[in-house]
Amino acid sequence: MTGCDEERIGELLRLLPAAPQAWVQAAQELPQARAEVDRIVARAEQDAAFRARLAADLEAALQAEGYEASLAVLAAVRTRLKVAG
Amino acid sequence: MAEAATDAQIVTRCRSGDQAAWNELVGRFSRYVYAICVQAFRLAPADAEDVFQEVFTRVYEHLDRLRSDEALRPWIAQLTRRLCIDCLRASGREGPVDPDTLEPPGLDETIARLDEAMTVRAGLEAVGEPCSEILDRFFCRDESYRAIGEALALPAGTIASRISRCLAKLRGELEGRL
Repeated sequence: MTGCDEERIGELLRLLPAAPQAWVQAAQELPQARAEVDRIVARAEQDAAFRARLAADLEAALQAEGYEASLAVLAAVRTRLKVAG
Repeated sequence: MAEAATDAQIVTRCRSGDQAAWNELVGRFSRYVYAICVQAFRLAPADAEDVFQEVFTRVYEHLDRLRSDEALRPWIAQLTRRLCIDCLRASGREGPVDPDTLEPPGLDETIARLDEAMTVRAGLEAVGEPCSEILDRFFCRDESYRAIGEALALPAGTIASRISRCLAKLRGELEGRL
């Protein structure tokens, strides 16, 4: 390889800056969030009013019901129920 | 120096419920997913965050459906690409995208370059510390010699030569892979 290749390596490294740490952490917490998410989804499938509240404002509805509303839980519930962000 | 786990090894460990493996998977692909969202599709930060979380949620939920454990990266790329398009479609955003596919021009080439960049990142993992830290700070975080020196308790005057040596080491690691 030549010096030019080192320049290319540098360019390629620059293409991948770190994602925001909070995003990464939320994604890493998905496994721990799963039990909570399963409980929320199961209830939403049986309780239309709860599901409607989730659809209207996911984070507020979860907090009002005493569920954990971490980024990981919000993202997973959103995906499982396809409710708006 | 310990060999970095292959994607297939990480997938296998994730399937058995290994939290450390999941952390590694997210860590390994977080930059890639982020780059597709913000560089290839130029999503706004809030949209990029939603897509980013949804990608990893789907990966976690559907890891059992992956046909070949070695195909993790293309699967994640395809998933991210599809979710970015869904996001653009839902937002009705105008932008420099093909009106039929909602894909930005040159998307395949951009993702191919990000794939090359992932190969370099893998090489960076393989060269280990302190080189991976020094090169990451210089190239990815755009830190000055002085900032790197302070962070790593190294004389600022030695940083340029360390970068050069680390680049040579990384270049050797990447021989035949790029």
